Amino acid sequence: MDAVIDNLPTFLNGFGKTLGLLGLSGVLALVLGVIVAAMRISPVASLRGFASFYTEIVRNTPLTLVLFFCGVLLPALGVPANYFALAVLGLTVYTSPFFAEAIRSGINGVPIGQAEAARSIGLDFGQTLRLIVLPQALRMVVPPLINVFIALTKNTSVAGGFFVIELFAAAGVVINERGDEVIAILLAVAVFYLIVTIPLGFIAGRVEKRVAILR
Amino acid sequence: MSNSVLYDVPGPKARRRSFVFSIVGVVFILGVLALLVSALAAPRVSVNGQVNPSLLDPTRWDIFSDVQLWLGIGRGLQGTLTMAGVAAVLALLIGVLFCFGRTSATAWVRIPTTVLLEVFRGIPVLLLMLFTLLVFQTGSYWAGVAGLAIYNGAIIGEALRAGIASLPKGQRESGLAIGLTPVQTRLKIEFPQAFRQMLPIIIAQLVVLLKDTSLAYIISYPELLRYVMTFLKNYYGSYYQFSLFAVVLAVYLALNLTLSWIARVVARRTAGGAKGGRGRKNGRRTTVGETVVLDPDGGAVGGGAVGSP
Repeated sequence: MDAVIDNLPTFLNGFGKTLGLLGLSGVLALVLGVIVAAMRISPVASLRGFASFYTEIVRNTPLTLVLFFCGVLLPALGVPANYFALAVLGLTVYTSPFFAEAIRSGINGVPIGQAEAARSIGLDFGQTLRLIVLPQALRMVVPPLINVFIALTKNTSVAGGFFVIELFAAAGVVINERGDEVIAILLAVAVFYLIVTIPLGFIAGRVEKRVAILR
Repeated sequence: MSNSVLYDVPGPKARRRSFVFSIVGVVFILGVLALLVSALAAPRVSVNGQVNPSLLDPTRWDIFSDVQLWLGIGRGLQGTLTMAGVAAVLALLIGVLFCFGRTSATAWVRIPTTVLLEVFRGIPVLLLMLFTLLVFQTGSYWAGVAGLAIYNGAIIGEALRAGIASLPKGQRESGLAIGLTPVQTRLKIEFPQAFRQMLPIIIAQLVVLLKDTSLAYIISYPELLRYVMTFLKNYYGSYYQFSLFAVVLAVYLALNLTLSWIARVVARRTAGGAKGGRGRKNGRRTTVGETVVLDPDGGAVGGGAVGSP
């Protein structure tokens, strides 16, 4: 246990990095995800095609490959080696299609009669989306979005394998010094992750219940 | 996309506008691609001013005529697949166990299982792998298998539990009424239906498991990425680094896209079967809630989809 307490600064440092990765890439990926989702339901065929192509390709590439590309190949190709920024880039690209899919499934989840009713009283595409579909979809989309955030929290640990000393890599650093207390160190790291993921999951569950009652 | 409800069938003006947008979009996308290709095709200048051939130069790709290289890639792929295969079987078993534990009538079983499930779902797979590796000294192969099996088992267990919870109450009641014990009811009546209903989600999760085997790269297990980008790169030299990476990416994409496609076909099959066979519960999904949950790629979205391409 004292290995954990002695090295608390290292852990907190790593935890800060993890939160930084989560916050930055979470927000950026959400923005990118909204854009991709909008492209996927838009009337313009080329945008739709491009967005679904992007989604398919990125979703079927393992995160390790994306981060390997960002953390190893890009520096080798002459991109300045700021590993934190590169990890944010990789996590953003990897997470954005998941956000896009969550949003799109929310839009798909709105009963078709709602859109039909909106169209039949003469609203156009923009009005239908803005006034009828999106307000309902957003409510339903919150739990899946939170789930993507939870997955992202866990995914930041992969960046630890590519030169970013976040929580997971911090565990490795401490274990190198205190090989005798591996279990305590790893459990401490697990607790740090759970501090983020369990409340998020709890919120997602609550929101889901409230939405279920609303409908 | 001829008749989305979200917008009218476009008239001449809208069609022209959409056409213009399409062209602008295509030009923009092609522009980005051209930028990328030209960046790749430009000769590489190293820090000391030495000029190297571009990344698309044939000399960077000539190793791919070497049979040994493809055998090496095959060995890496074998490492990935053996890990994914064993982990998938174990994950299914663990998932069933978790599901039974979580829905058990005995609080002594149910509560610890719930806590364990929450913990396993809340921490990174990588941490589970590292834990197994360092605490149980299993070697990287079994560490990877254990991490993947436990994590995905937890997810599959939750999916199965959701499947059981979504069954009509009468299923369990009638099972008990005809004299089956609670355990028999669960095994013979509820579980088969839940498994069938959740099959698309389970298969999607197994695709995720296959993707996640690449995490074993970080604990130094020689799966595809590690084998190619470390062993083969050391042999052929980092001159070929980019080409080797491109091939790894292509192999992964081919593998995952095939599996995702199979998952989608299965999803459509089960959805169709449920419609015909059991008319009562899963008729048409004109409501909302269910498609939102874990929807892999709209595979489960039946007739009620708004504005999907």
